Amino acid sequence: MPETKLPAGTGVAFRGGGFVPGNRRWAPWLAFVLIIAAWEAASDTGLLPALFMPAPHEVALALYALLESGQLFVHIGASLQRILGGWVIGSLAGLVVGFAMGIFVLARSVGLPVVAALFPIPKIALLPLFILWFGIGEPSKIATIALGVFFPTVVSAYSAVDNVPRNLIRMAQSFGLSTRMIVFKVILPGAMPGILAGFRISSSIALILVVAAEMIGADTGIGSFVLAAGNLMQTDQLVAGVVLLSLIGLLVSWLLSRVEKTLLRWR
Amino acid sequence: MQVVLEAVGYAYGDLPVLDGISFTVAEGETAALIGPSGCGKSTLLNLVGGLLPQQSGSIRTHGSPPAGCLNPLTFVFQDFALLPWRTVAGNVALALEHHRLSRSERDGRIGEVLRLCGLSDFAQALPRQLSGGMRQRVGIARAIAVRPAVMLMDEPLSALDAQTRELLMEDLVAIWSRERTTTLYVTHNLGEAVRLADHVVVLSRRPGRVKRIVAIPVPVAERHKPEHAAALQQLHDELWALIRAEAQVADREMQDA
Repeated sequence: MPETKLPAGTGVAFRGGGFVPGNRRWAPWLAFVLIIAAWEAASDTGLLPALFMPAPHEVALALYALLESGQLFVHIGASLQRILGGWVIGSLAGLVVGFAMGIFVLARSVGLPVVAALFPIPKIALLPLFILWFGIGEPSKIATIALGVFFPTVVSAYSAVDNVPRNLIRMAQSFGLSTRMIVFKVILPGAMPGILAGFRISSSIALILVVAAEMIGADTGIGSFVLAAGNLMQTDQLVAGVVLLSLIGLLVSWLLSRVEKTLLRWR
Repeated sequence: MQVVLEAVGYAYGDLPVLDGISFTVAEGETAALIGPSGCGKSTLLNLVGGLLPQQSGSIRTHGSPPAGCLNPLTFVFQDFALLPWRTVAGNVALALEHHRLSRSERDGRIGEVLRLCGLSDFAQALPRQLSGGMRQRVGIARAIAVRPAVMLMDEPLSALDAQTRELLMEDLVAIWSRERTTTLYVTHNLGEAVRLADHVVVLSRRPGRVKRIVAIPVPVAERHKPEHAAALQQLHDELWALIRAEAQVADREMQDA
C-alpha cells in the first residue's frame, strides 16, 4: 500500500469550495443588455442585414408605433382572451380527469391508454376539424388550445396525485376522514407542487397553440400579426410580435411564480 | 378498552404472513409486538386498526371508550405522517376537524395536547422546521388529541436517535400512566419492549405465529430505577434468545429474495 507522508506541522488546505447552488440577481439583466448591445452593434455595422434581421431600436420603434395606433392592445387582448379561455377550460377538465385517474383504479385503467394514444397528436392538426365543427370564429381556436392544455394537465395532475405519499392518506383514513375530506385536505394540497409545475408547461403550450391557431384563421391576435408582417417582409413588425410573445410568456411565468410562492410557502 | 385477537390470519396473495394469532391486550395495558423482519407485525397492527381487511379469525374490542373519545383505534406512525403544509397545531387539528366540536373545545384540546407534549412554543412551526423527535411528539399529540381507547404504535421511535428515543419513552410512560390507554406497540427494539410493555408478544418468522407471551413484572413507572436493571436485562436476554435464530434465518431469506 502506498503511504502518504505529511511533514510535521502541515496546515490543512481548504478544498470544499464550489458546486454550491446560488443566484446572481444582476447576471440575467447584464446578459440581456449584452445580447441586445451585440445585436445592435451587428446591425449598425451591417453584419446583420436589416432585410433579414432588424436592429433592436427598429423593433422598439415598431412596438411604439403599435402602441400609439392602439393595435398593440387589440392583438394582445385577442390572444390573451383565447389563451385564457382555452387554458381555463383545458386545465379544469384536465384536473378533473387527472384527479380521477390518480384516485380511482377504474379511471386510471381506462385513462392511461387513452391519454397515451391521444397525447402525442399535434393538436394544431385538429384545428381544421374544429373549424368544421365550431366554425372559423373563436370556439375553434379556444377548443384547440383547450385540447392542447388538457392532456399535459391530465398527466401532471395524475402523477401529482399518484406521488402524494400513501402514508399521509393512510394516516387520514386512520383518523376517520371521509374520502371527500382526504381529497381536499390531503391529496389536493399534496399534489399542488406537481399541478403548478404542470401549469407552467400547459401555459407554454397554450401560447404556442394560440399563435399557430391565429396563423391559420384569424384577423387579430399576435399570431396573425406576425404572419401578416412576415408576408409583407416587415421584419421589424415580425420581431416586435415575437418580443410580445416572449413578454406574455414572462408575464405568465411571473404570475405562476407568485402563485407558487403563496401556495407552496411550506416548502 | 380491551383488544381480543382470536386465530387471526392474513396472506398477501399466496404468501401467508400471519397464522392463528391469538392474544388479549387488557384495558390500560401495553403489549409490545416483536419478531423477526417480515413476520407480519405491522400487518397485524393494520388489521387491528382497520387499515387492512380481515381475512380469517376475529379482532374484537370490549369495553367503553374513554369520555370524549373521537377515534377509538388511533395510530402513531413510524414516519410521523405529518402534513408538511400544515403547522404543528394544524396537524393536530386535522384529527379533530371532521368532528362536531365547538371552536373553543377544539382549540382547547389542541392547546392541551401541545402543552402535554412540550410543543406549545412550536404551535405555528412547520414540520420541516422540527427535529425528528419533535415531529414524533406532534404525531403523539395528534393521537392523544382524539382521546383514543387503543393506541396502535408502529415502531414510533425507530427513526429517532438514541437520546431522543429515551426522552420520548419517558413521555410515553407519563402519557400512559395518566390516560390509561390500551396500547399495541410494534417494535424491533427489545430495549423499548422491555422498558414500555406490560407483556411482550413474540412472533415467529413468516408466517408469524405467537411463539410466546412474556410478562414484564416490574411496574412501567419504576423500570428506570437501577435496582430493576438486572431483572430487565435478564428479560431482554430471554427475548433475544427467543428470536435470535429466527431473525438470522429471516435476514438470510430477505437477502435471498
